[in-house]
Amino acid sequence: MVEAATKELATPSKTVLDLQHIHQAFARPNGTSTVVLDDISFSLREGEIVGVLGRSGCGKSTLLRIAAGLLRPTSGQAVYQGAVVDRPAKGIAMVFQTFALFPWLTVFENVMAGLDALGVKEDEANKKALAAIDMIGLDGFESAYPRELSGGMRQRVGFARALVVDPVILMMDEPFSALDVLTAETLRSDFIDLWSGGKLAIKSTMLVTHNIEEAVFLADRIIVLAPDPGRIAAEIEVALPRPRDRLAPEFRAIVDDIYARMTAGHAVAADGKDKSELAGVGMRLPFVSGHRIVGLLELLAAAPFNEKADLRALAQRLHIDVDLLLPATEAVQILGFAEMRDGLLHLSAAGKIFVQNSADDRKRLFAEHLLRNVPLAAHIRHVLSDRPDHAAPRQRFSPELEDHLSAHDAEQTLATAINWGRYAEIYEYDQRRHCFTLTPEVTKTPVAQSPVSSPSAPAKP
Amino acid sequence: MNIAVPSHMTLPTGRRAAPSRWDFIAFPLIFVIFVLLALGAKGTFAPIESIRATPISLDPAFLPGYAVRTVLRMLAALAASLLFTLTYGTLAAKSKRAEMILIPILDILQSVPILGYISFTVIFFLNLFPGQVLGAEFASIFAVFTSQAWNMAFSFYQSLRTIPHDLDEASRAFHFSTWQRFWRLEAPFAAPGLVWNMMMSMSGGWFFVVASEAISVGNEQITLPGIGSYVALAIAQRNLGAIFWALGAMTVVIALYDQLMFRPLVVWADHFRFEQAAAQSTPHSWFLNVLQRSRLLQRAVRPLSLVMRRVMRARLLNASVPGPIVTEVSARSGVADRLWTASVALAALGAAAMIVRYIATELGWSDVLTVFRLGAYTLLRVAVLIALSSIIWVPLGVLIGLRPRLAEKLQPLAQFLAAFPANLLFPFVVVVIVRFDLNPDIWLSLLMILGTQWYILFNVIAGTTAYPTDFLEAADNFQIHGWQWWRKVILPGIFPYYVTGALTASGGSWNASIVAESVSWGQTHLTAHGLGAYIAQMTVAADYPRIVLGIAVMSLYVIFFNRVLWRRLYAYGEAHLRLD
Repeated sequence: MVEAATKELATPSKTVLDLQHIHQAFARPNGTSTVVLDDISFSLREGEIVGVLGRSGCGKSTLLRIAAGLLRPTSGQAVYQGAVVDRPAKGIAMVFQTFALFPWLTVFENVMAGLDALGVKEDEANKKALAAIDMIGLDGFESAYPRELSGGMRQRVGFARALVVDPVILMMDEPFSALDVLTAETLRSDFIDLWSGGKLAIKSTMLVTHNIEEAVFLADRIIVLAPDPGRIAAEIEVALPRPRDRLAPEFRAIVDDIYARMTAGHAVAADGKDKSELAGVGMRLPFVSGHRIVGLLELLAAAPFNEKADLRALAQRLHIDVDLLLPATEAVQILGFAEMRDGLLHLSAAGKIFVQNSADDRKRLFAEHLLRNVPLAAHIRHVLSDRPDHAAPRQRFSPELEDHLSAHDAEQTLATAINWGRYAEIYEYDQRRHCFTLTPEVTKTPVAQSPVSSPSAPAKP
Repeated sequence: MNIAVPSHMTLPTGRRAAPSRWDFIAFPLIFVIFVLLALGAKGTFAPIESIRATPISLDPAFLPGYAVRTVLRMLAALAASLLFTLTYGTLAAKSKRAEMILIPILDILQSVPILGYISFTVIFFLNLFPGQVLGAEFASIFAVFTSQAWNMAFSFYQSLRTIPHDLDEASRAFHFSTWQRFWRLEAPFAAPGLVWNMMMSMSGGWFFVVASEAISVGNEQITLPGIGSYVALAIAQRNLGAIFWALGAMTVVIALYDQLMFRPLVVWADHFRFEQAAAQSTPHSWFLNVLQRSRLLQRAVRPLSLVMRRVMRARLLNASVPGPIVTEVSARSGVADRLWTASVALAALGAAAMIVRYIATELGWSDVLTVFRLGAYTLLRVAVLIALSSIIWVPLGVLIGLRPRLAEKLQPLAQFLAAFPANLLFPFVVVVIVRFDLNPDIWLSLLMILGTQWYILFNVIAGTTAYPTDFLEAADNFQIHGWQWWRKVILPGIFPYYVTGALTASGGSWNASIVAESVSWGQTHLTAHGLGAYIAQMTVAADYPRIVLGIAVMSLYVIFFNRVLWRRLYAYGEAHLRLD
């Protein structure tokens, strides 16, 4: 507590790392480029943990790699201790989401590896490595191999390896997201104890995460990134004393505020504010199956939620991490079955009808909303009905998508379009031939003209 | 400061320095190996007259000595292959421009029949060391090297290209030097694949070491002491008894080689498996166990392993590499790349033109047509043989693979049979053909597949063993039986394994055609119509333009066959029949 306080007193303190107008674009085979990061500027100051928060695909890991010198930005620069970072800088250590341990080296050797690279004398290196292993709670596991350890233990090795080189900055790339909930919580607390206890030589920490609660729990300052292209949506100071209580009203207020800001991003998209870019065929679709969407709608309609709920409660009910719920909430909003208002997810009129319907009628309603609200699905359908053989290869659509999205997002969006289209039975997809075909029955079904369509229009806030 | 260094390089030492009972096993074994190798090496550095002065004897008492010489050649070739692999593979993986040339070259070299160009290399090496045994030895070793190196280099290159992204980032973020990166990341990651390919290479190598010991090029006859020469003499003298002795010696040699070298290597390489999960079945090696339990040996090795550790820690070639730029390729490097591509293409065209001109000095279109026609015969043989052996070995392999305990026993046998040089068995088949006056065009074909069919068998066994049990149980549960079971359940599951086996078998058969389509037993010579026989005859006649033509056409056939059939089957299996 005392240390934490002095740390806070130390601000406004020296800048350790300065990111200046970072812009990152990836080239695509067709000659165009996708912008991943757009004009990102912020700095890491001495004594603080900065959380970089965003959904997957917003470029936060790319940003971390640029800051660590593993990747060079297209334009802009990272300045560390007065020098531009153009290669892995001494004094910046990393903890990886996948642990990135060398499976053929023991715990001890993994921790030693970083010291060897710095040319630390063997005796001293031995001492430091053993001390780091001890500090991180791996005493007795020195000669174990990573594959003998649990996920939590492996990440402890990851931390020991990073801490042993006495870095100035610690870069953490989703360090807890590959762990189960309990293990992650323990490790978070252990890390924050070390940090607050002043036992670490680290001056500053950058934490990349998609987990809002994690960011609020750990960070002094949170940079919220918005996707497509990655840009700073908000910067939030977290001035809560440590150790932080997740159930405290102040903590919840910050979490809810960030939720509102992040989901507001979708509302804008659904709103059609930036229609030219987002509402076209190239609209990014969240990776959610049709069945999960139905599941969410049913849950939302039933007691105790009765057509509106806050996301945290929904997540608790589903026993999943609240972040995993975001893609599904995004999907139901895109399809116009629900909307986000005042921090609550409300079932829309169409959503209510959907839930009450029989299986067949649900499919019809889903198809209708899919064709109206998801331009890509309508486009695929249109192309298929135009073609005499009612078939089109995947290649017909994927390059089009890649004009708007990164290769990964394009693939995911197409996969979602395939899944939803299959569920709605508006077209079929042959995985073997990579080919879309029209579903025969659907050709008879009238599209977008059924009586239920009028109340289903998403009400705009 | 006395800190225990837990490390796999420094093996645990016992509390007492007294020798353990394992020492009494380990030491004699190791010293016998050293002594044999030293004795064998002595003959290598002698003038060529020494070979003529002491001709090969069919007395079985000489066989162990010959076996040691043959093994030494294999070892030398393997060492050369390893050196080649580490340099060539590294270069191809690290430099985009080098890759552009090196990988296609490797791809072609893999398809060129080794036995075809032995005559060239013999002359080259004899001229390099005139009047020395060493020249002939090098020629033989080179032949074995060319049968081993390519797939090893490919495996290493592939490993370097597929290094997990996060480990690559970790080693850069933690400032590993190039040297440290090699020892900590690249070499360990590549080790399991490389060891497996070394084993495959060794299996193939026995065939060529036997074939390359007794070579006649034109009127020059060179017989290096070794099992291959022993067999060649036995064939010339129609001595069936001596051939039996040679078979026995070979069996012992291959078994020892497997137990003393490859089992320990495989167990050791298992250590570097990348999977984070603990393995279900770990390989065992009694010899490695003996070595690790021998206290004296551990003490003797300890300084060595300390030195190794120091060497691996060294910060040599310390260049921290700037992060890659993943944006558009800049215009200038685009131009440079295009210039490079153009000059490579030009060089390739030039080389092709030179080959054509060399062949054209003496030969006309009719020769080319003849060679292509002969190639078609051999192609037909290979295709029919692969089909036949698939019909036999796929069902048998599946049946064996479904019985794990049987598979465990038979799998090493299949691997052993694949390693066994089939050319030692040729005399038996030839005797039968001569005795019953069979048509050589049909029956000699069997020799081509004799050594290579086992690749199909052991790959199918491996595929069936790896087939998920729950699929089998599901098939049982849904009452899927008979032909439907084969077609829907098991065959798609083992398809990728089968393709690997058949591809290896077909490549091996092309190579074997050179020794299989033209054989002799004493004064009796049997010849089938085919490209292999053509190359063999031209080698004896020292007709170099025709040898070149023969090799070129055979390479074309192999490459064509690979591209049109095997690559597509591979791609199909990758896309549709993966089990994950």
